[in-house]
Amino acid sequence: MNENKSLNGKTAVVTGGSRGIGKAVALRLASLGANIAIIYASNEEAANKVCEKCRNEFNVEAKCYQLDVSDFTKTKETVMQIKKDFNAVQILVNNAGITRDNLLAMMREDDYDSVVDTNLKGAFNMIRHMAGMFIKNHEGCIINISSVAGLLGNPGQCNYSASKAGLIGLTKSVARELASKNVRCNAIAPGFIATDMTFDQQDNPLVERIPLGKMGSANDVADAVEYLVFASYVTGEVLKVDGGIAM
Amino acid sequence: MYFDAIAKIISERTGTDISTIKPESKIFELGIDSLDTVEILMNLEDEIGMQIDLDQKVETIDDLDKLIQSKMAV
Ligand SMILES: NC(=O)c1ccc[n+]([C@@H]2O[C@H](COP(=O)([O-])OP(=O)(O)OC[C@H]3O[C@@H](n4cnc5c(N)ncnc54)[C@H](OP(=O)(O)O)[C@@H]3O)[C@@H](O)[C@H]2O)c1
Repeated sequence: MNENKSLNGKTAVVTGGSRGIGKAVALRLASLGANIAIIYASNEEAANKVCEKCRNEFNVEAKCYQLDVSDFTKTKETVMQIKKDFNAVQILVNNAGITRDNLLAMMREDDYDSVVDTNLKGAFNMIRHMAGMFIKNHEGCIINISSVAGLLGNPGQCNYSASKAGLIGLTKSVARELASKNVRCNAIAPGFIATDMTFDQQDNPLVERIPLGKMGSANDVADAVEYLVFASYVTGEVLKVDGGIAM
Repeated sequence: MYFDAIAKIISERTGTDISTIKPESKIFELGIDSLDTVEILMNLEDEIGMQIDLDQKVETIDDLDKLIQSKMAV
């Protein structure tokens, strides 16, 4: 590993940092020296634990913020509070996400809306309220956690796939719009990763079709985040972390 | 009135002689694109003491000035 790889003095915001992939990402960025702002929906205890770990093990500043990222106005208020607490932010990881799976023919309107509002609009809300700071500082790295479901589609997940495919379009437009200000925007498309979200998927027959033969871990996704944070000539990319399932 | 502050930032960025910048000057014609306009607003933040969202298109410096004033009044 490159010894110059340090995020000392930088601040990263990780949405959905209380559990799963977001937690692994927050801890990884903290281990590289970044101060951490964690956004969670309701699991205050879990979020606090992640912050404590960041402070105790990696000696960085860490704070958590309760926020429903699908709320435009509240997201603005939270971003303003984060700016007050940390001054400037350089890294944003839009990871908060939910599933409400059902066959299209049976899907309720509110299950469609809540998934798209959280996964897609939530990322828009965060970027919308942080972009000004990135533009002003000529420094910013945005990473959106999409999914292979957004690339391939998946029966029973039309809402989720739509939101994750939408994130890829969002990523590429933002990458083009902000490149001249040295702000990069990339997406990661994880496959099957073992977290709370997939606890019931271990027996999914699709797992057998993964070329690398097993589910991934949250740390595998954190590896990709670390790569993109330092990949200063990469923008608008969609990086698959999927054991080969979507090749 | 934020005209002086806006004119100063634009002249520093573009090298335009500040005396030639007028309220009716079109921002585009001064070599500032809409993304730069966002950046200028962010740079004005300290001077104004609050964050202003650029949520509509502005054509002239006077438009920008008026937009800031209207947001300040809220
Ligand atoms: N696991 C996989 O196999 C997999 C595969 C591809 C993509 N992904 C994507 O990776 C991301 C993380 O997945 P995961 O498996 O780590 O999920 P998870 O374990 O279910 O954790 C979800 C996280 O998002 C937060 N969250 C949910 N709704 C929110 C909202 N409205 N506002 C703010 N925060 C919210 C949760 O906060 P609380 O703790 O407070 O509830 C939690 O921290 C998601 O975007 C998911 O779609 C996962």
